[in-house]
Amino acid sequence: MAHSHANQHEHHEKSEGHAHAGHGHHGHHGFAHPSPIWQLLAVFFALLALTVLTVYQSTLDLGNMEIWASLTIATIKAALVILFFMHMIHDKPFNIIMFLGTLVFVALFLGFTLMDAHNYKDLIEPGSITPK
Amino acid sequence: MSATELDASHNHSHGHDDHGHDHDHPAWLAHHFDDAEQQFDSGKLGIWLFLITEVLFFSGMFCAYAMYRSLHPEIWTFSSQFLNETLGAINTGVLLFSSLTMAWAVRCAMLGQNRGVVACTGMTIACAAIFLGVKAVEYSHKIDLGLLPAGFYVPQVAHPEHHEGLSKWLIYFMIVPGLLLVVLTAWYGQAVATANAVQKQIAGPLSVSALCFFLGVGLGLYLESGEAAEHGDKAHAAAADSHDAAHAEGDHAHEEAHASDAAHEPKDAATPAATESASTDSHADASHAADNEIISPDVNKPNAAGLFFSIYYCMTGVHAIHIIAGILVLTWVLVKAAQGQFHSEYFGPVDYVGLYWHLVDFIWIYLFPLLYLIT
Repeated sequence: MAHSHANQHEHHEKSEGHAHAGHGHHGHHGFAHPSPIWQLLAVFFALLALTVLTVYQSTLDLGNMEIWASLTIATIKAALVILFFMHMIHDKPFNIIMFLGTLVFVALFLGFTLMDAHNYKDLIEPGSITPK
Repeated sequence: MSATELDASHNHSHGHDDHGHDHDHPAWLAHHFDDAEQQFDSGKLGIWLFLITEVLFFSGMFCAYAMYRSLHPEIWTFSSQFLNETLGAINTGVLLFSSLTMAWAVRCAMLGQNRGVVACTGMTIACAAIFLGVKAVEYSHKIDLGLLPAGFYVPQVAHPEHHEGLSKWLIYFMIVPGLLLVVLTAWYGQAVATANAVQKQIAGPLSVSALCFFLGVGLGLYLESGEAAEHGDKAHAAAADSHDAAHAEGDHAHEEAHASDAAHEPKDAATPAATESASTDSHADASHAADNEIISPDVNKPNAAGLFFSIYYCMTGVHAIHIIAGILVLTWVLVKAAQGQFHSEYFGPVDYVGLYWHLVDFIWIYLFPLLYLIT
């Protein structure tokens, strides 16, 4: 027991030394970054407020802007979840680049497929599949 | 580090020694890692890679969504009104709360508060169960109304059919959670009888979670019945309009005759619906004049609205499968926490499962406005 405990302390010192010099107040937790409770609650209530906002926004008549309004609110919510609940603000740059890079590829995928579909709109009609 | 955790790691060290591993490697550190941080970072890279495949996988469905909606916005406007916004919003709140408890569980694990991890993951699983309960009500209601994927979609008639008692589909959905509730409660009883503290910490939250599924069902049924008047009205107006558009001068007798003649309409729904529609048509048309203008009879067809429901079931169904998978991995975390395994050097499993759970929430954040809130 004493052995393994001593070992842990050694790791504490090692990780403090090289990885997170910038986060002095978290230093004694090694590589752990426990989110403060106020932050978790603030993010949660912000998410709830944005949900109420998006439901309210859906009752307004915004015409073609509606989809963009709801997507903007959803993206703000998603950003809050990723940054704080998923700890992206404390994550390794490589993980961040991978994830954001994926979103770029998703945008390319959706964007090009939509452009293509509209170019051939008269030929491709998803609504005209022969019914049973 | 609390006394229980010290005990736990003590026991594990012994188990380790028995297997003849390195003495300087604690049980929670796999032997191929140099130190705890390397182990954590490797796991984190792995879970991010997995989440990326999940995002790309879901993007295929979002692509189908975007294409169909951009080509046929009118079908989406028509079909979306059959989705219950209140239930969707409640489920959004439940998922957001589960994300809060999940993030809190990660905090507790980092601080070595294993009891906190048990409580927080327990609440997360309970929220997941409520979510699935509400979803079961939504699905069974839609199946009863014939709001099904393209090949099975039943064109909606003037007044939705009202079912007496519980939907048989809802009963089917309740079989597995019901069995789980019985088994888990018995298991909890056994833990109390044998004074097994660890088993109690596992079985307790799981039994409550199984119960929460039925809480979700109750909540869903209550809100569904509350919405029924408004919801019915909307659907009524929509269907009445498509009916009117096809037969502009339908008096009562004429309409009824048409409804019973119509071979393409399901005979169980058409006749009573047409009779009722005649009595309330004027009211619905007046109050929903704005809605009616944008709805054409073309959209109320299996190959139009039905395709919306194909996409709806595919996206929400795959999301629900992810919720179920989340419950399973959260249970794994719950067991480890009940055994007091987590501390500031070893909290990876909670963090990884947390990242997965937040991603499931992330997907729902987009699904809710994109499916339920179309006007």
